[in-house]
Amino acid sequence: MIKESRLLAEDARDRQIVPAGDYYMKVVSKGQTVRILDLEGNQAADTLFYNAKDPVERYSAVDTIREQGNVYLTTGTRLMSNENNLMLEIVADTCGRHDTLGGACATESNTVRYALEKKCMHACRNSWMLAVAEHEEFGMSKRDITHNINFFMNVPVTAEGGLTFEDGISAPGKYVEMRAAMDVIVLISNCPQLNNPCNGYNPTPIEVLIWD
Amino acid sequence: MTGSLNDPAKSGSVLYEDTLPGACHWSMRMRRGTSLELTDVEGGANIGMLLYNPENLLERYNAPDTLKCQHTFKLTRGNCLYSDMGRIFCSIVEDDVGWHETVCGNTTRAMVQAKWGEKTYQDFRNDWSQNGSDSFLVELAKYGLGKRDMAANLNLFSAVSADEQGKLRFIENNSSAGDSIQLRFEMDTLVLLHTCPHPLNPAPEYPRKPVHYRILRSYPVTEDDFCMNLRAENRRGFMNNTIYHLGACRHD
Repeated sequence: MIKESRLLAEDARDRQIVPAGDYYMKVVSKGQTVRILDLEGNQAADTLFYNAKDPVERYSAVDTIREQGNVYLTTGTRLMSNENNLMLEIVADTCGRHDTLGGACATESNTVRYALEKKCMHACRNSWMLAVAEHEEFGMSKRDITHNINFFMNVPVTAEGGLTFEDGISAPGKYVEMRAAMDVIVLISNCPQLNNPCNGYNPTPIEVLIWD
Repeated sequence: MTGSLNDPAKSGSVLYEDTLPGACHWSMRMRRGTSLELTDVEGGANIGMLLYNPENLLERYNAPDTLKCQHTFKLTRGNCLYSDMGRIFCSIVEDDVGWHETVCGNTTRAMVQAKWGEKTYQDFRNDWSQNGSDSFLVELAKYGLGKRDMAANLNLFSAVSADEQGKLRFIENNSSAGDSIQLRFEMDTLVLLHTCPHPLNPAPEYPRKPVHYRILRSYPVTEDDFCMNLRAENRRGFMNNTIYHLGACRHD
């Protein structure tokens, strides 16, 4: 469901532009609002959330899907943890639909999806590996890299059980906004994928904004 | 090859078989070159399943990779179950059911309590109302694994469909008595499984459905193999397995 936000960018307490191929890893406190902004359109923001007090508790795609009885994420979606607790709620969305089935690109999955020779091309899960390595304070490792949200990605499921990858429904300036129900670590890989038409083979920057 | 029907080296021979009662859990190491046939004894069974590489427990079944690379939401004959490292744990070589799902996760103790009422071990002994989440935690702990390692699981014999708006619907009577699925292991795999009910099962009473399983010697994978040729992606997945096994003993 399309819903615009009343929050103004100039009032944000923190703003960071994340180029494609980089990661974003920051704590958003309970009650704060975080916005992910697709600056140039059709970008994929591969996102994971962790309880900042105990990262063993983390965003769970299957618990979120099951609890809302729907495979797509949009305004009103309650993002649930593996302990079935509310982590964040989507409070604004000008895109209308986000994916949590398709996972993140990895060098290894790229070999399967595209060609074995593509194995050394940069991928989201590499960004996450670097993120957990550079942020030892969170005590995280590959064990913690789970099934993510692909903000701005459009991956429709058919009634017959197919999975299709459609052109993005995002555009420059579209955004999704979430209010945190607990202190959360936000870990985003701004997707570097060069083999997928969903971003027009042109990965572009996003901006992440936080309001109190 | 000559030999009796019970010759364990002969393709298709049954190496072991047993029945898992409903509402229980188990784990086993499946060797490359063996297959696991699972049969829904009474109809309406559910098997929660997770897969790990016993040589590197950080390599595990990855539901998104599995669905994405085969452009599918459901799993059936021809589909391969992928690890996060681009390799194939196993291929679905036979399937009477037609649709197995991997996006709904497990029941928890709280869900079972709310939905069906709890039957404690104290009162009901092994007819208690075990849940999928605790089942996996127990099996995971046997290998030094825990909550951090509990990936999105398979729910074999169970199906959910999604409409145009993405709304999920649990498909009742998806699996009938006697229906089987057969998984051919393409690499050594640690298999964790439980027979607890699907979290969206609307049954008024806690469903307690047994599953019979047989471990078979696999038939060799031939060039015209259905799973390997289902999609170009699967052929590349098999190639990743071949690279992983380079220099290992030849098997058939």
